[in-house]
Amino acid sequence: MEHAQGRQPAIGAHVEGQQHPIGIYLKIWGLLFVLSAASYAVDYYQFQGYLRWFLIIVFMLLKAGLIVAVFMHMMWERLALMYAILVPTLLLMVLLGIGALEADYTFFTRGVFFVKGLLVQ
Amino acid sequence: MTPATPTTIAQPLPLADGVQGIVADWSSDQRAFKNVPWGKAMMWIFLLSDTFIFSAFLISYMTVRMSTVEPWPNPSEVFALTLFGKQVPLLLIAIMTFILISSSGTMAMAVRFGYQKNKQMTFILLLITAALGATFVGMQAFEWITLIKDGVRPWGNPMGAAQFGSAFFMITGFHGTHVTIGVIFLIVVAIKVLRGDLDHQRPGFLTGRKGNYEMVETMGLYWHFVDLVWVFIFALFYLW
Repeated sequence: MEHAQGRQPAIGAHVEGQQHPIGIYLKIWGLLFVLSAASYAVDYYQFQGYLRWFLIIVFMLLKAGLIVAVFMHMMWERLALMYAILVPTLLLMVLLGIGALEADYTFFTRGVFFVKGLLVQ
Repeated sequence: MTPATPTTIAQPLPLADGVQGIVADWSSDQRAFKNVPWGKAMMWIFLLSDTFIFSAFLISYMTVRMSTVEPWPNPSEVFALTLFGKQVPLLLIAIMTFILISSSGTMAMAVRFGYQKNKQMTFILLLITAALGATFVGMQAFEWITLIKDGVRPWGNPMGAAQFGSAFFMITGFHGTHVTIGVIFLIVVAIKVLRGDLDHQRPGFLTGRKGNYEMVETMGLYWHFVDLVWVFIFALFYLW
């Protein structure tokens, strides 16, 4: 690993690998527990409608962000790696949009097909 | 003749920050990920590709769920457990979520103790992580058996839309496979740590690469990713 010796100690202020105080992991662990309990409570108390979707998505994204940022050490990495990994995932939004369009169209044609079938009878 | 400016090779050149840093890193002749060991960079790129695989599953699940004209089975009722004669919704799934998050916590601490060269603690924490992962897989097997007994099949189920079974078995099955592979690798890394392979840079039996404690972090990245995927499955499949 002769290349790895060229790392600069000033950046991220860690000399060897990723060494961070144990407290931060325990705090994030606790936070993840709270967020999981909160998203479970959304189901347990049977929130419905837009409030339910909103809460589920918010808790999901918060948990995902905490895991990637702290547990996977992304917040201490250089921007070159951060962008290389995180920016391509934005492409998935396009796939999500295409999937939704396609699903709406399929649902519509199914509706048309079944209504026609009922009229013929 | 003027003397040439003396250059030194003792200190590496400083790395720029911000956008300038990205341009400098990516346009340099050698490696783009300056302070990242190659194993870690490769693991990140693998995880990025795995993200796309799981996203393809979840987005196709969304597509079939949106386009079906039959009612979707209510996951809150399907995955309910009867406890003391009372129906508790999603109880098993909630316990599985807490177990996987706890395993992520112990993994993060194992990485930290690994870099401190604390062999004993790293080994113990890796084993706890593996045990929690194995518990998760066991509970998932129980969940599968319960659902199969209830008549859920990839091609149909008594509760509603047929797509429910295919999406469930595909997504949770693929995730469970990831957890199982992770448990096996956790045990392998734990043995390497205990034997002192990482201290003595002993070459691995498969790749012949010298052992070092960055391996524990790379293993950790994979394990946290498994937890990360479960966060999305829990929200989008079980709670939605």
